[in-house]
Amino acid sequence: MILRTIRHLPLYAALAACALAVLYPIIYTFSCALMTPAQAQAYPPNILPSGLYLKNFSDVLNLVPIDRFLFNSFAVSTAVVAGQLITSSLAAYAFAFIPFRGQNLVFTVFLSTMMIPWEVTIIPNYITIRSWGWMDSYAGLTVPFMASAFGVFLLRQHFLQLPRELMEAAQIDGCGHLRIFAAIVLPTARPALATLGVYQFLNTWNMYFWPLLITNRDTMRTVQIGISMLKWEEAMSYNLVLAGVALVLLPSLITLVFGLRQLVRGITAGAVKG
Amino acid sequence: MAKARSMKALKRRNNVLGYLFLSPCLLFFGTFLFYPLLKSVVLSFQVTNPRGEAVGFAGWAHYADLFTSGQFLASLKATVLFTLYTVPAGILLAFALACMTNARLPGMKAFHFVFSAPAAISAATGAVIWALLFHPTNGMLNYGLGLIGLSPVPWLIDPKWAPVSVSLMTVWMNLGFNFIVLTAGLRGISEDICDSMKIDGAGPFRSLFAVLVPLLSPTLFFLLVVSVINAFQTFGQIHILTRGGPMHATNVMVYQLYQEAFVNWRFGAASAQALILFAIILLLTLLQFFWLEKKVHYQ
Repeated sequence: MILRTIRHLPLYAALAACALAVLYPIIYTFSCALMTPAQAQAYPPNILPSGLYLKNFSDVLNLVPIDRFLFNSFAVSTAVVAGQLITSSLAAYAFAFIPFRGQNLVFTVFLSTMMIPWEVTIIPNYITIRSWGWMDSYAGLTVPFMASAFGVFLLRQHFLQLPRELMEAAQIDGCGHLRIFAAIVLPTARPALATLGVYQFLNTWNMYFWPLLITNRDTMRTVQIGISMLKWEEAMSYNLVLAGVALVLLPSLITLVFGLRQLVRGITAGAVKG
Repeated sequence: MAKARSMKALKRRNNVLGYLFLSPCLLFFGTFLFYPLLKSVVLSFQVTNPRGEAVGFAGWAHYADLFTSGQFLASLKATVLFTLYTVPAGILLAFALACMTNARLPGMKAFHFVFSAPAAISAATGAVIWALLFHPTNGMLNYGLGLIGLSPVPWLIDPKWAPVSVSLMTVWMNLGFNFIVLTAGLRGISEDICDSMKIDGAGPFRSLFAVLVPLLSPTLFFLLVVSVINAFQTFGQIHILTRGGPMHATNVMVYQLYQEAFVNWRFGAASAQALILFAIILLLTLLQFFWLEKKVHYQ
């Protein structure tokens, strides 16, 4: 084992160098976020903080309501994930198990919606949301994203792999589709639901264009818009800006630690579909 | 007879139930996808006031303006340039890292995690961090260049450098996604093939280009299509880093569309741009699909 590791030393050295380069912006963020203002302004710049200066976090929270942004983003992402899990699983069940007239046609229409880029829909959607009085509201931030063709395909693919015998046995027992859906299909499809959930949570959390358009008040901003406000505060020192960035990055990194498997599955589900 | 009737009843029940299960999806798609698509087409032929109401018929004027005004063509050029800067570099870099971490050695899991990490970071967060790194006097990039004796680079303030800088940040941001896709592709190639390559005594580079690349071509093909489409839809990092400048050097199509629609409030002209963008993306997808798929090797 040790011998093999030594033989591969050049590979490890190259990988370590690459890893450092890829991680550097993140390391930079956290190390500056922990520096005192004097350290952050020193020249030549400090690479690492001399101690853990946590006052930056409370200072930046006093200047910009990042806690409120985090709450908004969390609420919006959770609502979108919940909505998509419901709408996608229902539609996926229909495509997988209920033979109805026009199934192929409707399925093709669903498939083709993936080709529509969001830029084409954004102006009419903006007009719709404004005319409904949904500007600066959670409804405006979430409702347009409550259904996704991607979610339907991902779940349908998974539902089709469930053993046929299970379904037939349930039908012989006299279970209706609603019972089968709720009592058999949903519980067995939990891994696929988790994949869709984590993937769409991150997607919604990272959304930029739409919240930028339909939120104006600070209290309704999501983190992505809030964080870009930090950059335009010219007077703010780096350690404060990056303390704010660190607060926003932390939930994403935690999601990555616990949800990497789901994220990978979500991304590769798209790849298989091609 | 009774059996036939019950079969008919079952079929009818299935029809009703099927559409009932689809109805939530259909409702959302109808309101926020199909209706807007049609509405965009209608808007693109209209003159609108800032409230989005039609005040006159424009005919093909918006489309004609796009191709004669120069600004739209400049944004198209900026987008193509941005695509050429980001897509090949992003895929090659991720491919190299995926090959290097594919070996069955201790510690590879940690590297997998590190190289996947950018996939979780948003364009906005990434752009704010890089904005500070790019700062001409206080930024770490120019400090680093100074350490190795190079002169500072005007990253975001020079029209020649700005597209390069934004691309650099974008390649970093997309690395996680590309790495995850390519790693999954490599895992899909069976161990037998890798073993037989070793037995044949093929060197690492020969086996790479003679065997690995053809076997991986469906994955590479998928990644190419998705990356090009993503590059054409870039917005967040441009809005934060350069606002389309300096001197329109980074004024990519979606940023141009955003300005036309939500700064100048010309929904008609902006809708025409959105539809052109849609057409380009559709064309690219189909073109790559039909032309490249013939050359792709499926196992």
